[in-house]
Amino acid sequence: MREIVYPFSEAAVRDLCVGEAVRVSGLIFTGRDRLHKYLAEGGAVPVALRDGGIYHCGPVVVPEGAGWRVVAAGPTTSVREEPYMAKVIAEHGLRVIIGKGGMGAATRTACQKYGCVYLQAAGGAAALLAQRVRRVAGVCLLEEFGATEALWQLEVEGLETVVGLDTCGASLFEEVQAASGAVLQRLLTSS
Amino acid sequence: MIWSEILAELIRRATSDLPADVEAALRTAAASEQPQSQAALFLTALTENAALARKKSVPMCQDTGTLNFFWSVPRGTDESVFEQAARAATERATREGWLRRNTLDGLTGRSIDSNVAEGCPVCHFEQRSESGGQRSEAVEVWLLQKGGGCENMSRQFSLPDDSLLAGRDLEGVRRCLLQAVWEAQGYGCAPGILGVCVGADRAEGFRVAKRQLLRTLDDSAAEPALAELERRVLAEANLLGVGPMGTGGNTTLLGVKVAARPRLPASYFVTVAYMCWACRRRGVRVCGDKVEWLG
Repeated sequence: MREIVYPFSEAAVRDLCVGEAVRVSGLIFTGRDRLHKYLAEGGAVPVALRDGGIYHCGPVVVPEGAGWRVVAAGPTTSVREEPYMAKVIAEHGLRVIIGKGGMGAATRTACQKYGCVYLQAAGGAAALLAQRVRRVAGVCLLEEFGATEALWQLEVEGLETVVGLDTCGASLFEEVQAASGAVLQRLLTSS
Repeated sequence: MIWSEILAELIRRATSDLPADVEAALRTAAASEQPQSQAALFLTALTENAALARKKSVPMCQDTGTLNFFWSVPRGTDESVFEQAARAATERATREGWLRRNTLDGLTGRSIDSNVAEGCPVCHFEQRSESGGQRSEAVEVWLLQKGGGCENMSRQFSLPDDSLLAGRDLEGVRRCLLQAVWEAQGYGCAPGILGVCVGADRAEGFRVAKRQLLRTLDDSAAEPALAELERRVLAEANLLGVGPMGTGGNTTLLGVKVAARPRLPASYFVTVAYMCWACRRRGVRVCGDKVEWLG
Protein backbone atom coordinates (compact mmCIF):
# COMPACT_ATOMS: atom_id res chain seq x y z
CA MET A 1 0.00 0.00 0.00
CA ARG A 2 1.43 3.38 -1.09
CA GLU A 3 0.79 6.64 0.77
CA ILE A 4 0.70 10.19 -0.56
CA VAL A 5 0.21 13.34 1.49
CA TYR A 6 -0.80 16.89 0.47
CA PRO A 7 0.96 18.94 -0.89
CA PHE A 8 1.68 16.25 -3.49
CA SER A 9 5.12 16.38 -5.10
CA GLU A 10 5.68 15.62 -8.77
CA ALA A 11 8.22 12.95 -7.77
CA ALA A 12 5.69 11.21 -5.51
CA VAL A 13 3.01 10.97 -8.20
CA ARG A 14 5.46 10.01 -10.96
CA ASP A 15 6.43 7.05 -8.78
CA LEU A 16 2.89 5.54 -8.91
CA CYS A 17 1.83 2.90 -11.43
CA VAL A 18 -1.56 1.77 -12.72
CA GLY A 19 -3.16 -0.85 -10.46
CA GLU A 20 -1.31 0.17 -7.29
CA ALA A 21 -3.30 0.79 -4.12
CA VAL A 22 -2.74 4.29 -2.71
CA ARG A 23 -3.92 5.98 0.47
CA VAL A 24 -4.38 9.74 0.24
CA SER A 25 -4.05 12.06 3.25
CA GLY A 26 -4.18 15.81 3.87
CA LEU A 27 -6.22 18.47 2.16
CA ILE A 28 -8.24 17.69 -0.99
CA PHE A 29 -10.77 19.82 -2.85
CA THR A 30 -14.11 18.53 -4.09
CA GLY A 31 -15.18 19.63 -7.53
CA ARG A 32 -17.60 18.35 -10.12
CA ASP A 33 -19.52 19.52 -13.18
CA ARG A 34 -20.00 23.20 -12.34
CA LEU A 35 -16.46 23.71 -11.02
CA HIS A 36 -14.71 22.08 -13.97
CA LYS A 37 -16.63 24.11 -16.53
CA TYR A 38 -16.01 27.25 -14.47
CA LEU A 39 -12.25 26.62 -14.17
CA ALA A 40 -11.90 25.70 -17.84
CA GLU A 41 -13.62 28.97 -18.77
CA GLY A 42 -11.04 30.88 -16.73
CA GLY A 43 -12.92 31.18 -13.43
CA ALA A 44 -10.88 31.88 -10.30
CA VAL A 45 -11.02 30.09 -6.95
CA PRO A 46 -9.73 31.44 -3.64
CA VAL A 47 -7.66 28.30 -2.93
CA ALA A 48 -4.34 27.26 -4.50
CA LEU A 49 -4.92 24.10 -6.54
CA ARG A 50 -1.22 23.78 -7.44
CA ASP A 51 0.24 20.50 -6.11
CA GLY A 52 -3.23 19.68 -4.86
CA GLY A 53 -5.95 17.18 -5.69
CA ILE A 54 -9.52 17.48 -6.95
CA TYR A 55 -11.98 14.89 -5.71
CA HIS A 56 -14.89 14.31 -8.10
CA CYS A 57 -17.47 14.27 -5.35
CA GLY A 58 -20.66 16.02 -4.33
CA PRO A 59 -20.88 15.18 -0.63
CA VAL A 60 -23.89 15.03 1.64
CA VAL A 61 -23.13 17.66 4.29
CA VAL A 62 -25.19 18.78 7.25
CA PRO A 63 -24.65 21.96 9.28
CA GLU A 64 -23.04 21.32 12.66
CA GLY A 65 -22.28 24.13 15.10
CA ALA A 66 -20.57 26.87 13.14
CA GLY A 67 -19.31 24.40 10.56
CA TRP A 68 -20.28 21.35 8.61
CA ARG A 69 -20.20 17.59 8.96
CA VAL A 70 -19.74 15.25 6.00
CA VAL A 71 -22.25 12.40 6.13
CA ALA A 72 -21.59 10.71 2.78
CA ALA A 73 -18.79 11.38 0.31
CA GLY A 74 -18.21 8.85 -2.45
CA PRO A 75 -16.85 9.66 -5.91
CA THR A 76 -19.00 10.71 -8.86
CA THR A 77 -18.49 9.58 -12.48
CA SER A 78 -15.31 11.33 -13.68
CA VAL A 79 -15.75 11.04 -17.43
CA ARG A 80 -18.20 13.96 -17.47
CA GLU A 81 -15.23 16.22 -16.71
CA GLU A 82 -13.23 14.85 -19.64
CA PRO A 83 -13.84 17.95 -21.85
CA TYR A 84 -12.27 20.20 -19.17
CA MET A 85 -9.83 18.04 -17.21
CA ALA A 86 -6.69 18.35 -19.33
CA LYS A 87 -6.93 22.15 -19.37
CA VAL A 88 -7.47 22.30 -15.60
CA ILE A 89 -4.48 20.02 -14.98
CA ALA A 90 -2.27 22.15 -17.26
CA GLU A 91 -3.34 25.56 -15.95
CA HIS A 92 -3.69 24.81 -12.26
CA GLY A 93 -0.85 22.35 -11.69
CA LEU A 94 -3.00 19.58 -10.21
CA ARG A 95 -1.15 16.45 -9.11
CA VAL A 96 -4.06 14.21 -8.14
CA ILE A 97 -7.57 13.55 -9.42
CA ILE A 98 -9.81 11.22 -7.45
CA GLY A 99 -13.00 9.87 -8.95
CA LYS A 100 -14.57 6.75 -10.40
CA GLY A 101 -15.15 5.07 -13.72
CA GLY A 102 -11.98 6.34 -15.40
CA MET A 103 -11.23 9.14 -17.83
CA GLY A 104 -10.30 9.45 -21.49
CA ALA A 105 -7.26 9.97 -23.68
CA ALA A 106 -6.96 13.75 -23.21
CA THR A 107 -6.71 13.37 -19.43
CA ARG A 108 -4.34 10.42 -19.79
CA THR A 109 -2.04 12.52 -21.98
CA ALA A 110 -2.21 15.51 -19.61
CA CYS A 111 -1.37 13.26 -16.65
CA GLN A 112 1.71 12.06 -18.49
CA LYS A 113 2.81 15.50 -19.64
CA TYR A 114 2.28 17.51 -16.46
CA GLY A 115 2.81 14.85 -13.77
CA CYS A 116 -0.65 14.05 -12.43
CA VAL A 117 -2.38 10.77 -11.47
CA TYR A 118 -5.99 9.67 -11.64
CA LEU A 119 -7.00 7.62 -8.61
CA GLN A 120 -10.18 5.58 -8.43
CA ALA A 121 -12.14 5.36 -5.19
CA ALA A 122 -14.90 2.80 -4.52
CA GLY A 123 -17.91 4.19 -6.39
CA GLY A 124 -20.91 4.73 -4.19
CA ALA A 125 -19.15 3.65 -0.98
CA ALA A 126 -20.13 6.98 0.48
CA ALA A 127 -20.62 6.08 4.14
CA LEU A 128 -17.27 4.32 4.26
CA LEU A 129 -15.36 7.11 2.51
CA ALA A 130 -16.99 9.77 4.72
CA GLN A 131 -15.23 8.05 7.64
CA ARG A 132 -11.92 9.13 6.08
CA VAL A 133 -12.87 12.81 6.27
CA ARG A 134 -11.37 14.25 9.45
CA ARG A 135 -12.85 17.73 9.09
CA VAL A 136 -14.23 20.30 6.71
CA ALA A 137 -11.52 22.96 6.43
CA GLY A 138 -13.64 25.34 4.37
CA VAL A 139 -15.96 25.76 1.43
CA CYS A 140 -16.06 28.12 -1.54
CA LEU A 141 -18.59 28.83 -4.28
CA LEU A 142 -21.33 27.53 -1.97
CA GLU A 143 -23.78 30.30 -2.78
CA GLU A 144 -23.14 30.19 -6.54
CA PHE A 145 -23.01 26.42 -7.08
CA GLY A 146 -25.05 25.02 -4.16
CA ALA A 147 -23.88 22.52 -1.54
CA THR A 148 -23.44 19.56 -3.88
CA GLU A 149 -21.40 21.35 -6.57
CA ALA A 150 -19.42 23.63 -4.22
CA LEU A 151 -15.66 23.34 -3.68
CA TRP A 152 -15.30 21.73 -0.26
CA GLN A 153 -11.87 21.70 1.36
CA LEU A 154 -11.72 18.35 3.09
CA GLU A 155 -9.00 17.09 5.34
CA VAL A 156 -8.81 13.34 4.75
CA GLU A 157 -6.79 10.56 6.29
CA GLY A 158 -6.03 7.32 4.50
CA LEU A 159 -8.59 7.65 1.68
CA GLU A 160 -8.31 4.31 -0.16
CA THR A 161 -7.86 4.46 -3.93
CA VAL A 162 -6.27 2.58 -6.81
CA VAL A 163 -4.22 4.18 -9.59
CA GLY A 164 -6.32 4.32 -12.78
CA LEU A 165 -4.15 6.60 -14.97
CA ASP A 166 -0.47 7.04 -14.27
CA THR A 167 2.23 9.41 -15.48
CA CYS A 168 3.60 6.85 -17.95
CA GLY A 169 0.43 7.06 -20.05
CA ALA A 170 -1.05 3.76 -18.85
CA SER A 171 -4.81 3.40 -18.30
CA LEU A 172 -6.46 0.62 -16.34
CA PHE A 173 -9.78 1.45 -18.01
CA GLU A 174 -8.65 1.42 -21.63
CA GLU A 175 -7.25 -2.09 -21.15
CA VAL A 176 -10.51 -3.37 -19.66
CA GLN A 177 -12.60 -1.60 -22.30
CA ALA A 178 -10.61 -3.14 -25.16
CA ALA A 179 -10.57 -6.65 -23.68
CA SER A 180 -14.29 -6.58 -22.87
CA GLY A 181 -15.00 -5.22 -26.36
CA ALA A 182 -13.30 -8.27 -27.86
CA VAL A 183 -15.43 -10.60 -25.69
CA LEU A 184 -18.56 -8.69 -26.73
CA GLN A 185 -17.74 -9.20 -30.41
CA ARG A 186 -17.29 -12.95 -29.80
CA LEU A 187 -20.62 -13.16 -27.96
CA LEU A 188 -22.41 -11.30 -30.75
CA THR A 189 -20.90 -13.49 -33.45
CA SER A 190 -22.00 -16.68 -31.69
CA SER A 191 -25.74 -15.92 -31.49
CA MET B 1 -51.91 7.42 10.06
CA ILE B 2 -49.57 10.27 9.12
CA TRP B 3 -48.36 9.54 5.63
CA SER B 4 -45.57 12.10 5.55
CA GLU B 5 -43.98 10.38 8.58
CA ILE B 6 -44.34 6.92 7.10
CA LEU B 7 -42.76 8.08 3.85
CA ALA B 8 -39.89 9.85 5.62
CA GLU B 9 -39.15 6.55 7.37
CA LEU B 10 -39.42 4.78 3.99
CA ILE B 11 -36.79 7.16 2.59
CA ARG B 12 -34.53 6.59 5.60
CA ARG B 13 -34.76 2.85 5.10
CA ALA B 14 -34.22 2.99 1.33
CA THR B 15 -31.25 5.35 1.48
CA SER B 16 -29.39 3.61 4.30
CA ASP B 17 -30.43 -0.04 4.22
CA LEU B 18 -29.31 -1.99 1.13
CA PRO B 19 -31.81 -4.79 0.36
CA ALA B 20 -30.69 -8.16 1.77
CA ASP B 21 -30.68 -9.91 -1.61
CA VAL B 22 -28.36 -7.29 -3.15
CA GLU B 23 -26.03 -7.37 -0.17
CA ALA B 24 -25.91 -11.18 -0.32
CA ALA B 25 -25.15 -10.99 -4.05
CA LEU B 26 -22.24 -8.61 -3.38
CA ARG B 27 -20.87 -11.01 -0.76
CA THR B 28 -21.14 -13.99 -3.11
CA ALA B 29 -19.52 -11.94 -5.87
CA ALA B 30 -16.63 -10.90 -3.61
CA ALA B 31 -15.95 -14.57 -2.88
CA SER B 32 -16.02 -15.42 -6.59
CA GLU B 33 -13.25 -12.94 -7.46
CA GLN B 34 -9.56 -13.73 -7.08
CA PRO B 35 -8.50 -13.10 -3.49
CA GLN B 36 -6.82 -9.69 -3.05
CA SER B 37 -7.78 -8.66 -6.61
CA GLN B 38 -9.05 -5.13 -7.16
CA ALA B 39 -12.50 -6.59 -7.82
CA ALA B 40 -12.54 -8.51 -4.54
CA LEU B 41 -11.34 -5.48 -2.58
CA PHE B 42 -13.97 -3.17 -4.10
CA LEU B 43 -16.79 -5.64 -3.49
CA THR B 44 -15.70 -6.14 0.10
CA ALA B 45 -15.59 -2.35 0.56
CA LEU B 46 -19.17 -2.19 -0.73
CA THR B 47 -20.41 -4.72 1.83
CA GLU B 48 -18.59 -2.82 4.60
CA ASN B 49 -20.17 0.38 3.32
CA ALA B 50 -23.63 -1.22 3.38
CA ALA B 51 -23.20 -2.33 7.00
CA LEU B 52 -21.93 1.10 8.06
CA ALA B 53 -24.72 3.03 6.31
CA ARG B 54 -27.34 0.79 7.93
CA LYS B 55 -25.80 1.13 11.39
CA LYS B 56 -25.49 4.91 11.20
CA SER B 57 -28.67 5.64 9.21
CA VAL B 58 -26.72 7.59 6.60
CA PRO B 59 -26.93 7.42 2.80
CA MET B 60 -25.04 4.41 1.39
CA CYS B 61 -24.29 6.56 -1.68
CA GLN B 62 -23.90 10.34 -1.69
CA ASP B 63 -26.01 10.52 -4.85
CA THR B 64 -29.34 9.87 -3.21
CA GLY B 65 -30.87 9.89 -6.66
CA THR B 66 -34.23 10.58 -8.21
CA LEU B 67 -36.99 9.50 -5.86
CA ASN B 68 -39.48 7.33 -7.75
CA PHE B 69 -42.57 6.39 -5.74
CA PHE B 70 -44.67 3.60 -7.26
CA TRP B 71 -48.12 3.63 -5.67
CA SER B 72 -50.86 1.03 -5.68
CA VAL B 73 -54.10 2.50 -4.32
CA PRO B 74 -57.80 1.55 -4.25
CA ARG B 75 -59.96 2.76 -7.11
CA GLY B 76 -61.27 6.27 -6.54
CA THR B 77 -58.40 7.38 -4.26
CA ASP B 78 -57.54 11.09 -4.17
CA GLU B 79 -53.89 10.82 -5.22
CA SER B 80 -53.02 14.43 -4.42
CA VAL B 81 -52.98 13.62 -0.69
CA PHE B 82 -50.25 11.03 -1.22
CA GLU B 83 -48.31 13.26 -3.59
CA GLN B 84 -48.32 16.01 -0.98
CA ALA B 85 -47.13 13.56 1.71
CA ALA B 86 -44.28 12.45 -0.55
CA ARG B 87 -43.19 16.07 -0.98
CA ALA B 88 -43.30 16.76 2.77
CA ALA B 89 -41.35 13.55 3.48
CA THR B 90 -38.71 14.48 0.90
CA GLU B 91 -38.21 17.89 2.48
CA ARG B 92 -37.90 16.36 5.94
CA ALA B 93 -35.48 13.63 4.76
CA THR B 94 -33.29 16.30 3.14
CA ARG B 95 -33.12 18.24 6.42
CA GLU B 96 -32.13 15.02 8.23
CA GLY B 97 -29.22 14.40 5.82
CA TRP B 98 -30.84 11.22 4.46
CA LEU B 99 -30.99 12.93 1.08
CA ARG B 100 -28.41 15.16 -0.57
CA ARG B 101 -29.39 18.60 -1.85
CA ASN B 102 -29.78 16.95 -5.18
CA THR B 103 -32.08 19.06 -7.32
CA LEU B 104 -31.02 21.84 -9.69
CA ASP B 105 -33.20 24.25 -11.61
CA GLY B 106 -33.29 22.92 -15.17
CA LEU B 107 -32.57 26.34 -16.70
CA THR B 108 -30.39 28.26 -14.25
CA GLY B 109 -28.68 25.35 -12.48
CA ARG B 110 -29.47 26.93 -9.08
CA SER B 111 -29.78 24.43 -6.27
CA ILE B 112 -33.33 23.74 -5.09
CA ASP B 113 -32.23 22.90 -1.58
CA SER B 114 -35.51 21.31 -0.43
CA ASN B 115 -35.46 18.72 -3.27
CA VAL B 116 -39.14 19.53 -3.80
CA ALA B 117 -40.18 21.01 -7.14
CA GLU B 118 -42.47 20.33 -10.08
CA GLY B 119 -42.27 16.59 -10.71
CA CYS B 120 -39.86 16.08 -7.76
CA PRO B 121 -40.24 13.59 -6.22
CA VAL B 122 -41.74 11.42 -8.98
CA CYS B 123 -45.01 9.64 -8.15
CA HIS B 124 -46.47 6.90 -10.37
CA PHE B 125 -49.99 5.84 -9.40
CA GLU B 126 -51.85 2.70 -10.24
CA GLN B 127 -55.48 2.49 -9.16
CA ARG B 128 -56.31 -1.17 -8.55
CA SER B 129 -59.25 -2.80 -10.21
CA GLU B 130 -61.28 -4.86 -7.76
CA SER B 131 -60.74 -8.53 -8.42
CA GLY B 132 -63.52 -11.01 -7.59
CA GLY B 133 -65.58 -8.34 -5.86
CA GLN B 134 -63.02 -8.14 -3.04
CA ARG B 135 -62.15 -4.52 -2.39
CA SER B 136 -58.95 -3.90 -0.43
CA GLU B 137 -58.40 -0.51 1.20
CA ALA B 138 -54.65 -1.12 1.47
CA VAL B 139 -52.22 1.43 0.06
CA GLU B 140 -48.86 0.07 -1.03
CA VAL B 141 -45.93 2.19 -2.13
CA TRP B 142 -42.44 1.27 -3.30
CA LEU B 143 -39.59 3.74 -3.43
CA LEU B 144 -36.73 3.43 -5.90
CA GLN B 145 -33.79 5.82 -5.43
CA LYS B 146 -31.79 5.88 -8.63
CA GLY B 147 -28.60 7.94 -8.89
CA GLY B 148 -27.42 10.01 -11.82
CA GLY B 149 -24.30 8.00 -12.65
CA CYS B 150 -26.32 4.92 -13.54
CA GLU B 151 -29.19 6.92 -15.04
CA ASN B 152 -26.68 8.39 -17.50
CA MET B 153 -25.89 4.84 -18.68
CA SER B 154 -29.51 3.92 -19.37
CA ARG B 155 -30.26 3.39 -23.05
CA GLN B 156 -33.15 3.12 -25.47
CA PHE B 157 -32.73 1.20 -28.72
CA SER B 158 -35.10 1.28 -31.67
CA LEU B 159 -35.08 -1.97 -33.61
CA PRO B 160 -34.02 -2.92 -36.16
CA ASP B 161 -30.56 -1.51 -35.42
CA ASP B 162 -28.12 -2.12 -38.25
CA SER B 163 -25.00 -1.27 -36.30
CA LEU B 164 -25.79 -4.03 -33.79
CA LEU B 165 -27.31 -6.41 -36.37
CA ALA B 166 -30.28 -6.40 -34.02
CA GLY B 167 -33.61 -7.36 -35.54
CA ARG B 168 -37.09 -7.31 -34.08
CA ASP B 169 -36.86 -10.46 -32.00
CA LEU B 170 -35.41 -11.63 -28.68
CA GLU B 171 -32.02 -12.20 -30.29
CA GLY B 172 -32.08 -8.51 -31.24
CA VAL B 173 -33.00 -7.64 -27.64
CA ARG B 174 -30.10 -9.75 -26.36
CA ARG B 175 -27.67 -7.85 -28.58
CA CYS B 176 -28.95 -4.50 -27.29
CA LEU B 177 -28.60 -5.55 -23.67
CA LEU B 178 -25.02 -6.80 -24.04
CA GLN B 179 -24.10 -3.62 -25.93
CA ALA B 180 -25.63 -1.48 -23.13
CA VAL B 181 -23.65 -3.33 -20.45
CA TRP B 182 -20.43 -2.95 -22.42
CA GLU B 183 -21.01 0.77 -23.00
CA ALA B 184 -21.69 1.29 -19.29
CA GLN B 185 -18.22 -0.07 -18.34
CA GLY B 186 -17.58 1.28 -14.83
CA TYR B 187 -19.31 4.62 -15.44
CA GLY B 188 -22.61 3.53 -13.89
CA CYS B 189 -21.06 1.88 -10.81
CA ALA B 190 -20.91 -1.76 -11.87
CA PRO B 191 -21.87 -4.38 -10.86
CA GLY B 192 -25.21 -3.20 -12.17
CA ILE B 193 -28.74 -4.48 -12.56
CA LEU B 194 -30.74 -4.10 -15.79
CA GLY B 195 -34.42 -3.22 -15.77
CA VAL B 196 -35.67 -3.75 -19.30
CA CYS B 197 -38.86 -3.06 -21.22
CA VAL B 198 -39.44 -4.57 -24.65
CA GLY B 199 -42.14 -2.63 -26.51
CA ALA B 200 -44.31 0.32 -25.35
CA ASP B 201 -43.58 3.90 -26.43
CA ARG B 202 -40.44 5.76 -25.40
CA ALA B 203 -41.80 7.30 -22.19
CA GLU B 204 -43.71 4.23 -20.99
CA GLY B 205 -40.65 2.12 -21.86
CA PHE B 206 -38.54 3.85 -19.24
CA ARG B 207 -41.31 3.74 -16.63
CA VAL B 208 -41.76 0.00 -17.08
CA ALA B 209 -38.00 -0.62 -17.23
CA LYS B 210 -37.48 1.21 -13.93
CA ARG B 211 -40.42 -0.63 -12.39
CA GLN B 212 -38.56 -3.93 -13.05
CA LEU B 213 -35.79 -2.77 -10.69
CA LEU B 214 -38.19 -3.34 -7.79
CA ARG B 215 -38.06 -7.10 -8.47
CA THR B 216 -35.75 -9.10 -6.21
CA LEU B 217 -32.66 -10.61 -7.79
CA ASP B 218 -34.04 -14.16 -7.55
CA ASP B 219 -37.26 -13.25 -9.35
CA SER B 220 -37.66 -14.61 -12.89
CA ALA B 221 -40.04 -13.32 -15.54
CA ALA B 222 -43.25 -15.38 -15.65
CA GLU B 223 -42.98 -15.74 -19.42
CA PRO B 224 -40.46 -18.56 -20.10
CA ALA B 225 -38.88 -16.85 -23.13
CA LEU B 226 -38.18 -13.71 -21.11
CA ALA B 227 -36.92 -15.72 -18.13
CA GLU B 228 -34.49 -17.50 -20.45
CA LEU B 229 -33.34 -14.15 -21.88
CA GLU B 230 -32.76 -12.81 -18.34
CA ARG B 231 -30.71 -15.84 -17.40
CA ARG B 232 -28.67 -15.84 -20.59
CA VAL B 233 -27.83 -12.11 -20.65
CA LEU B 234 -26.80 -12.20 -16.98
CA ALA B 235 -24.42 -15.10 -17.64
CA GLU B 236 -23.01 -13.59 -20.83
CA ALA B 237 -22.55 -10.10 -19.39
CA ASN B 238 -20.46 -11.60 -16.62
CA LEU B 239 -18.10 -13.04 -19.25
CA LEU B 240 -17.26 -9.51 -20.47
CA GLY B 241 -14.70 -8.93 -17.73
CA VAL B 242 -15.70 -5.29 -17.10
CA GLY B 243 -15.85 -6.05 -13.40
CA PRO B 244 -16.73 -3.91 -10.39
CA MET B 245 -16.15 -0.22 -11.17
CA GLY B 246 -14.81 -1.15 -14.61
CA THR B 247 -11.38 -2.26 -13.46
CA GLY B 248 -11.80 -5.90 -14.48
CA GLY B 249 -13.25 -9.00 -12.83
CA ASN B 250 -15.97 -11.62 -13.04
CA THR B 251 -18.78 -9.51 -11.62
CA THR B 252 -20.26 -7.06 -14.11
CA LEU B 253 -24.01 -7.58 -13.55
CA LEU B 254 -26.06 -8.78 -10.57
CA GLY B 255 -29.38 -9.19 -12.34
CA VAL B 256 -31.46 -8.74 -15.49
CA LYS B 257 -35.22 -8.13 -15.21
CA VAL B 258 -37.23 -7.95 -18.42
CA ALA B 259 -40.88 -7.13 -19.09
CA ALA B 260 -42.71 -6.93 -22.42
CA ARG B 261 -45.46 -4.45 -23.26
CA PRO B 262 -47.70 -3.93 -26.30
CA ARG B 263 -46.23 -1.70 -29.03
CA LEU B 264 -47.19 0.03 -32.25
CA PRO B 265 -46.54 -1.96 -35.42
CA ALA B 266 -44.03 0.71 -36.46
CA SER B 267 -42.05 0.77 -33.18
CA TYR B 268 -39.94 -1.80 -31.40
CA PHE B 269 -38.17 -0.15 -28.48
CA VAL B 270 -35.77 -1.90 -26.14
CA THR B 271 -35.44 0.30 -23.08
CA VAL B 272 -32.68 -0.39 -20.58
CA ALA B 273 -32.71 1.20 -17.12
CA TYR B 274 -29.18 0.61 -15.83
CA MET B 275 -29.09 0.49 -12.03
CA CYS B 276 -25.89 0.65 -9.97
CA TRP B 277 -25.13 -1.87 -7.23
CA ALA B 278 -26.75 0.55 -4.73
CA CYS B 279 -30.22 -0.63 -5.73
CA ARG B 280 -32.22 1.29 -3.17
CA ARG B 281 -35.73 -0.15 -3.16
CA ARG B 282 -38.02 -0.36 -0.17
CA GLY B 283 -41.77 -0.58 0.23
CA VAL B 284 -44.53 -0.16 2.78
CA ARG B 285 -48.10 -1.40 2.89
CA VAL B 286 -50.65 0.37 5.02
CA CYS B 287 -54.09 -1.04 5.76
CA GLY B 288 -56.08 0.71 8.46
CA ASP B 289 -53.72 1.01 11.46
CA LYS B 290 -51.44 -1.75 10.23
CA VAL B 291 -48.08 -0.70 8.76
CA GLU B 292 -46.04 -3.43 7.09
CA TRP B 293 -42.52 -2.70 5.84
CA LEU B 294 -41.60 -4.45 2.61
CA GLY B 295 -38.30 -5.40 0.98
